[in-house]
Amino acid sequence: MNEKVSLEQPVNKKKEKNEKENSRTYNRRFKILLFALPIVLILTIILAMALGPVTIHPFIVWEIALSHTPLLGDLVNGDWTNAQYNIIWEIRFPRVLLGAIIGAGLALAGTGIQALVRNSLADPYILGVSSGASVGATLVILTGAFQIFGQYALSFAAFLGALLAIIAVFYLAQVGGRISTTRLLLSGIALSMILSAVTDFIVISAPDDDKVHSALFWMMGSLVGADWEMLPIAGIPVIATFIFLLFQSRSLNILLMGEETAATLGINIHVFQKLLIVIISLLTGVLVSVSGAIGFVGLMIPHVVRLLVGSDHRRVLWISLFLGAIFMMWADVAARLLVAPQEIPIGVVTALTGGPFFIWLLRKSSYSFGGGS
Amino acid sequence: MQLNVDDVSFSMQGKQIISDIYLQAKPGEFVGIIGPNGSGKSTLLKNIYRVNKPDCGKITLDHEDIYALSAKKTAQKMAVVSQESGGLFDFSVRELVLMGRAPHKKMMESDTIGDGHIADEALQKVGLTAYSDRSITTLSGGEKQRVMIARALAQQAKVLVLDEPTNHLDVHHQLQLMDLVKTLNITVIAALHDLNIASSYCDRIYVMKDGKIVKSGSPEEVLEEETLQEVFRVNTSIIKHPITGKTHITFLSSTLQASEDDKRKSLHI
Repeated sequence: MNEKVSLEQPVNKKKEKNEKENSRTYNRRFKILLFALPIVLILTIILAMALGPVTIHPFIVWEIALSHTPLLGDLVNGDWTNAQYNIIWEIRFPRVLLGAIIGAGLALAGTGIQALVRNSLADPYILGVSSGASVGATLVILTGAFQIFGQYALSFAAFLGALLAIIAVFYLAQVGGRISTTRLLLSGIALSMILSAVTDFIVISAPDDDKVHSALFWMMGSLVGADWEMLPIAGIPVIATFIFLLFQSRSLNILLMGEETAATLGINIHVFQKLLIVIISLLTGVLVSVSGAIGFVGLMIPHVVRLLVGSDHRRVLWISLFLGAIFMMWADVAARLLVAPQEIPIGVVTALTGGPFFIWLLRKSSYSFGGGS
Repeated sequence: MQLNVDDVSFSMQGKQIISDIYLQAKPGEFVGIIGPNGSGKSTLLKNIYRVNKPDCGKITLDHEDIYALSAKKTAQKMAVVSQESGGLFDFSVRELVLMGRAPHKKMMESDTIGDGHIADEALQKVGLTAYSDRSITTLSGGEKQRVMIARALAQQAKVLVLDEPTNHLDVHHQLQLMDLVKTLNITVIAALHDLNIASSYCDRIYVMKDGKIVKSGSPEEVLEEETLQEVFRVNTSIIKHPITGKTHITFLSSTLQASEDDKRKSLHI
């Protein structure tokens, strides 16, 4: 009887429209995407390796990859040139895979941070991680500090900078031993501003134009320096974070309901928040120190994913991982090709392509993340 | 399950919010807390549901100190519908109700068919079965409130804490909700705004003013014209309602008590 009453209430237009986007649609879409995206990912990897200033047939890419696969390697008869081999195996392979890892990692970090602060404007860099890294990186580029770390001096300094920024923000955000998300955001933003100013000062005081150029290039993000050694350095934290977040996906969902509600649903909220901050910022720190602060991916991908499959992190995390990786690889292809043989910083590509797409998506649907409608 | 609040005080940034609170809810009892805005009702409830730890005093569930329990253990025993609005994110109604099963879940354990049944039953109880696949963002305030109640039901706790549960609800749904809560036969502690609702449903009522409990007892004992004048600063006329037999309060606003002169004047305006 009561049910009947509520059913007869007038349903307005917005509700009718949204009824189509219900959880069943999301679930169906999730299944399709979970099946399709790995395929797209593999195709993207092959194509991204084939494309570049020197185009190499995807078949050869496939063969070179296969020749390095245990057991299958013997089946391939190498009909490629040495140059092709070097371009594919030594340069493009690590670069494309690093792109995939960075893209996936940034998308995950963005998903996590947006759940943590329940704010749609949050991205992995909002806690000042990238600004801290930039200070370290520009110091190395412009002054040649940390030379004892050889080719990893830049990454090391960037990570150190990120770490210091994280520690500072973490302590600034605490009130009586608890994290306040408002304070977390505000102190992150404040620290970012201070550190950006420091970076600007370092860059502007540099005597050498070339170095200024490479410092700016680094800050906008680039996969140019990719090599095989970087893959596990970036890959392991990404996988570890993914597993952690996946284990916590129920808690992440509940966190979106608000801190109080989360606490009454049995989540040890203060520990969980701190854990999230530490894990996400460490991941971001590693990613930034490897590739520079590539913007927009960590902000945009989680939103796009939620538009596709809803807010449930059991779905969002998987799709973010794949979509982040795929998007980043194509952005890198564009960065290499658009003004070849020159390169555009990949951060420019991610912002220029992702931004308009994102705006289109927002205009098209009634998506909202925490801000009402 | 019995809830005891023993000599609890809580202050925030040096300001005493509530002090010397004693409160008791026996198993199956419906206990109401009434009081004007800012009297400390919500703060007391937050102390009870572990969001704000009291400065001193003890809160126990069946003689176990709740601050010695884990968050999860507490959530298995106590469900809360707070005033926090959780309906801003794109979850389906059913997904949201299933979150109530979280305290009973291990990490990574997925929702079982049994959990699904519990969620569906809870949705049926609040009359939202037809909405289970709808996105929570498309629901009205009152419907959201009922989803939160359903989530608390799915928690299957023995104590239910409600912070002004009938906010946002129309009269029909207010009564439906209170009837539902009443029939659960679990211990209920509710901060209530509507004094007539408090009178109709509570077994016992605590009256708060300026962070202190000033009176407690059965609705008939507590809801007196003099008390209400003192605590809420309103004039009332209190009768025993001929149909329900419950204490019924009619508020006499100052315009209603105005002289015949004023009435005539306002008619001409």
